[in-house]
Amino acid sequence: MNTLDRPFLLWIARFLRFLGPVALLLVVFGIPATSQESPYIVTYDHYLEEPGSLEVEYFSTYGTQRGAGDFVADWMEFEYGATAWWTTELYIDAQSTFHDSTLFTGFRLENRFRLLKSEHAVNPVLYIEYEQINEADKIIKEVEGHDVEADHAVPNSIARLEHDHELEFKILLSSTHNGWNVAFNPLATKNLTSGDPWEFGYALGASRPLALKASAQRCSFCRENFIAGLELYGGLGDRDDFGLHETSHYLAPVVAWNLPSDWTLRLSPGFGLNDNSHRFLLRWGISREFSGFGTTMARLLGGH
Amino acid sequence: MSLLTKFCTFSLVTIAILFETNLLFAQVDRPASADNSVYAELAKAPKKAAARHNPLENDHDAPIAGAKLFAQHCAECHGETAEGGKKGPSLRAPEVRQATSGTLFWLLTNGVVRKGMPVWSKLPDAQRWQLVTYIKSLGSGS
Repeated sequence: MNTLDRPFLLWIARFLRFLGPVALLLVVFGIPATSQESPYIVTYDHYLEEPGSLEVEYFSTYGTQRGAGDFVADWMEFEYGATAWWTTELYIDAQSTFHDSTLFTGFRLENRFRLLKSEHAVNPVLYIEYEQINEADKIIKEVEGHDVEADHAVPNSIARLEHDHELEFKILLSSTHNGWNVAFNPLATKNLTSGDPWEFGYALGASRPLALKASAQRCSFCRENFIAGLELYGGLGDRDDFGLHETSHYLAPVVAWNLPSDWTLRLSPGFGLNDNSHRFLLRWGISREFSGFGTTMARLLGGH
Repeated sequence: MSLLTKFCTFSLVTIAILFETNLLFAQVDRPASADNSVYAELAKAPKKAAARHNPLENDHDAPIAGAKLFAQHCAECHGETAEGGKKGPSLRAPEVRQATSGTLFWLLTNGVVRKGMPVWSKLPDAQRWQLVTYIKSLGSGS
């Protein structure tokens, strides 16, 4: 079946592509409000969404590709703080490959549970995700097992026919000291639709605001609104072949700009560290937090 | 998988999410302001933490910056003038006014996760002290 036979899914994919420029305009002319979001795109720290808040995020990844057209992969995230110890999230993925096609590639449901009730030197958070995506998915939100650049050279018309139903588990270990956050996320995934072995991967991140004190004035360009850092992530093989053999790895500086209007912009140029990796990934994202979303929804659904 | 099957799956997931979130929203909407037991958390601060001195106590900009941070991060739950809201208790209550700066800093850092107050250690130490300075500057009225 051709991708064009699926107008609804294609519409979703094109909508995601259209959303980026629209979101940028909204930032410029946005409604005042705030947030303090981390700059990470792949790594997670231990901070969950505030209870009752909904964060809507749009991300885009441009990737170079040897042996096929470069691509732009987009995804939307809807992240809701259910409680102070539980955040739940929905992802919708799409991608466009140059000289090929644009298509919707699947969705993910994610839950994060804070395991300890107060702050410690290292704070663990349990991460559980269900993915229903096809092999054409290129958002590279995590790298696992033997994921390599060549996987993405398969034409969309073929790759989209193979579906993955995956469970993914991570332990998010994170520590903040003197303004520095350091986070380490080992991960394990299992494809439920095939007999593939468990696959493993990692993400490591460090970041710090450019200034630790808040200025007294309301400002967009104050140094404390910028958080800069570095991410390192890659695959660790699978249960049958654990290690660095035939795996890909990336190093990516990251920066987040938390605007006083509750919008956050993120930018991250990523560089492949070996021949199995895409040479270059340029990621950017935009997000806005809606405080009080839970209360509004409770009134609508529960009549409070 | 056919388009119909995908549509059904998507619908089921949407319904599940709505059901789940209906329960969640009900949790979020608990009136914490009426729950005075949250003040009891202040007494749980370790002595060493409670005795910590606010390094920004004499910083003239600290309460102003703290007010800005409060509006950004705290007002949604505790009310714009800290008088308490549907989700968070009043910060003008005697229990809060009598608490030491160190105690408030400790509570901000650790949150009261089981009762809906998130940890705020993602704000650097200096910003948490600015918030404490602002909270300590509040009177009992609104």
